[in-house]
Amino acid sequence: MATTTVPPAPPKKVNRIGLEMANYKGNKTTLCAGCGHNAISERIIEAFYELGVEPHRVAKLSGIGCSSKSPAYFLRSAHGFNAVHGRMPSVATGTMLANRQLIAIGVSGDGDTASIGIGQFVHLMRRNLPIIYIIEDNGVYGLTKGQFSATADIGSKLKTGVVNDLPAIDTCALAVQLGATYVARSFSGDKKQLLALVEGAIAHHGTVMLDVISPCVTFNDHEGSTKSYSYVKDHDEPLEEVSFIPFFEDIAVDYDPGTSTDITLHDGSRLLLRKLARDYDPTNKIEALRVLTEAHDQGEILTGLFFVDTKRPSFIDLLNVVEEPLATLPESKIRPSKEVLDEVMESLR
Amino acid sequence: MATTGVEFKEKESPAKPAKVVNDLSIQVATVNGSGSQTANTVLLRAIFQMGIPVSAKNLFPSNIAGLPTWFTIRACKFGYIARRKDSEFLVAMNPETAEEDVHTLQPGAACVYDERLDLKRLRDDVIFYPVPFDQLVAPVCPDARLRKLVRNMVYDGVLARLLGIEMEEIHKALQKQFRKKAKAAELNWTAARVGYEFAEKNLPKQDRHVLERMDKTRGKILIDGNSAAALGAMFGGVTVVTWYPITPSSSLCETLIEYMKRYRIDKETGKATFAIVQAEDELAAIGMVMGAGWAGARAMTSTSGPGISLMAEFVGLGYYAEIPGVIFDVQRVGPSTGLPTRTAQGDVMKNALLSQGDTKHPLLFPCSVEECFTLAVEAFNLAEDLQTPVFVMTDLDLGMNNWMSDPFPYPEKPIQRGKVLSAEDLQRLGGFERYRDVDGDGVGYRTLPGTPHPAAGYFTRGSGHNVKAIYSERPEDYVNNMDRLARKFETARARVPGPVIQEAPNADFGILAYGTSHWAIVESVDQLKQDHDLTASYCRVRAFPFSEQVKDFIRRHRRVYVVEQNRDAQLCGLLRLELEAESIKKLRSVLHYCGLPLDARSVTDAIVAYEREK
Repeated sequence: MATTTVPPAPPKKVNRIGLEMANYKGNKTTLCAGCGHNAISERIIEAFYELGVEPHRVAKLSGIGCSSKSPAYFLRSAHGFNAVHGRMPSVATGTMLANRQLIAIGVSGDGDTASIGIGQFVHLMRRNLPIIYIIEDNGVYGLTKGQFSATADIGSKLKTGVVNDLPAIDTCALAVQLGATYVARSFSGDKKQLLALVEGAIAHHGTVMLDVISPCVTFNDHEGSTKSYSYVKDHDEPLEEVSFIPFFEDIAVDYDPGTSTDITLHDGSRLLLRKLARDYDPTNKIEALRVLTEAHDQGEILTGLFFVDTKRPSFIDLLNVVEEPLATLPESKIRPSKEVLDEVMESLR
Repeated sequence: MATTGVEFKEKESPAKPAKVVNDLSIQVATVNGSGSQTANTVLLRAIFQMGIPVSAKNLFPSNIAGLPTWFTIRACKFGYIARRKDSEFLVAMNPETAEEDVHTLQPGAACVYDERLDLKRLRDDVIFYPVPFDQLVAPVCPDARLRKLVRNMVYDGVLARLLGIEMEEIHKALQKQFRKKAKAAELNWTAARVGYEFAEKNLPKQDRHVLERMDKTRGKILIDGNSAAALGAMFGGVTVVTWYPITPSSSLCETLIEYMKRYRIDKETGKATFAIVQAEDELAAIGMVMGAGWAGARAMTSTSGPGISLMAEFVGLGYYAEIPGVIFDVQRVGPSTGLPTRTAQGDVMKNALLSQGDTKHPLLFPCSVEECFTLAVEAFNLAEDLQTPVFVMTDLDLGMNNWMSDPFPYPEKPIQRGKVLSAEDLQRLGGFERYRDVDGDGVGYRTLPGTPHPAAGYFTRGSGHNVKAIYSERPEDYVNNMDRLARKFETARARVPGPVIQEAPNADFGILAYGTSHWAIVESVDQLKQDHDLTASYCRVRAFPFSEQVKDFIRRHRRVYVVEQNRDAQLCGLLRLELEAESIKKLRSVLHYCGLPLDARSVTDAIVAYEREK
């Protein structure tokens, strides 16, 4: 540590571990200009910067599709893995089994999750693996030029005039039901809410399922689409106003006890939910499913934190795995002695 | 090579048949779910404990209860342990198959049968030993529900008397089988004794087969290949195991779980030095292996053909993104569901080239339970050294049957983790390029997620990339990468276990085989010599890519018979891809694909027929 008293050149803005925002950025995006996915990458960069997470502790994972390219556009110095279509959850599971000290962030799309990947998605949710699972949800296959995905709303229309006549899969309702312990929805254009939800996600220990409506400017941002910017802006109904208070900051936020809920996350940081329209309890599973179903029926896109459970043990805890990464255990811990082999051989005589 | 054209014929035996010692095959025909496994294992163990070389094959249906099952035990003083086509002794317990089973017997064979089946009427050239099983077992086992299970122990007693198996060894085997269940052991022991006493009083010896104590199993163990592979994985330092149940591989991971719980819990913390996950399907199982291997764990899965088909895409990713992982393929009969409880070597070609584009994977071929252990240990070293998925190719015969073996050797080599750079290395080097061929062996250096250095991170992808692991569609980057991967495969060629060659001076031809075919080949080589005066050299291939020694073996023989347990000559096909025209011309295939383990006589007959043709 420098101990000199001479004031240095004008200090660059750094976070609590002394890193600049630039340390959290990624490569230049190759997605379309105005793509909602880029806004999500920016919030991810801000959230990790604000919380002062060391980038090398993060493992970025994705499947295949436009969304799945985006891990290259944030946290350049973290390891990234762009896996196969719809199967990122298994790769993320293996990664976390190998090194439980990592912070896994998985970025998927609606096709990658709700169509080809629904099987792995379902099992990821029920395991409560520690991971931040983000769906960049535009209801359309961008990379193959605009086919419907399974999250496209019934009645929505493609540029070609094709109308979707099947009901959408609500990934949030599914995640709540299956056992994810932090389930939220946001909109890529809602900077404040999305940032708070991502920060809360980083502090959570368990499966975070964050569905972010992210309009596709090329194939799904027109009048017939229910995931266009204008449609979402008109129909977005925030469930609550979310503020995130990291555990290392002095907690001095003005909130009225009568109108807010306060959730303490694993690392001691807190999520402050300022209720708008109704008395909402995000620890109540049934309530979460109710508000989601109601919003659907009313054609609204409900955003906010629907459900959180900070008590349920994570998958890694259930497996009773040693604290240090399995990946780097020394030979003395992973190869039993010759005496053990002799004992086994003796039992087989 | 025979040059006289005269066939050697065995002299007719004198009128009174001499006794035949320690050379017989017993076939027990039962219904699955009837508890015959215990009776059969006890029988196998008792003969083993008498010091007689012995082997067993369980031919069972894909069913929980009610379908026919055959268990074959071969005792052989010469040490041959391959399956034999026919048996000298039949135990007919299954009414459904009894008549057909009796008809398959050679003249002079013996048949112990359930009296009710009245089999005696079927043949007059077979010796029949009728046993009233129900009458015998009823007083022994008052509980009618248990009777079905204990009933089979009666034939153990009958056979012990007829063949001279020592009852003391039956008793010992029972105690080993039931370990802590003293009551069950006692009940079964009484049933065995009842059978013995019945035979003593009522069944005078008419056949000529006897078993007599030898000293050829001293120090040896009995174990199935799946358990042996599980032990290999544990001593190979596996840390992440993901699997999906499938016959015949399930018991590999199930046994591994038992061993790991006993021997791989950290003594200081009481926590597991491993993670084992039953995945939702094989796609997830291999995906987890890829994630874990990427993050630095020694990761494995075990499966069979249908699972491999599902894993194809991920294995291609593992090849191209260069991620270590070990896949045990306990092969069974395909295509599709095929014969899920029968054995084959049908995944060789598929696994060698699994996935889209130009892909090639190392395969290891254990022939024995000992090699299931040693090659499992080696597979983890290879996977990390070469940074690629490695297959261990066993089969149902090896995986699910009990085999005698010398005790397994403790691994001599320390665990090798391959080219992994630490934060200190990066500090010294200033950085690294993931896919640069620094050492000229085609294998780059990698870092693990979580390495505390700003230069450690890189992006792993199945799409085109350059030496810095950056997305690239440039033709020269693609070619550069593919050529390096080809170089890496040459490194693998020099690194995988070489063949085991049994060279015969002045050999008439060579035989080339792999995996469980070995046991039939060993016997066939002797049959060819003794019965046909044909001398064969034998090359047992232990890995793909093929070592140079394999190619040289083919080059120095006039003709080489490639013996495999599949229809399409799959390994021969792989050889053809690598050999020059002159060598390819020498290859002849001997193929066996009926689902039963290979027997020596089939190999001998096929080779003799070829040799006569020329």
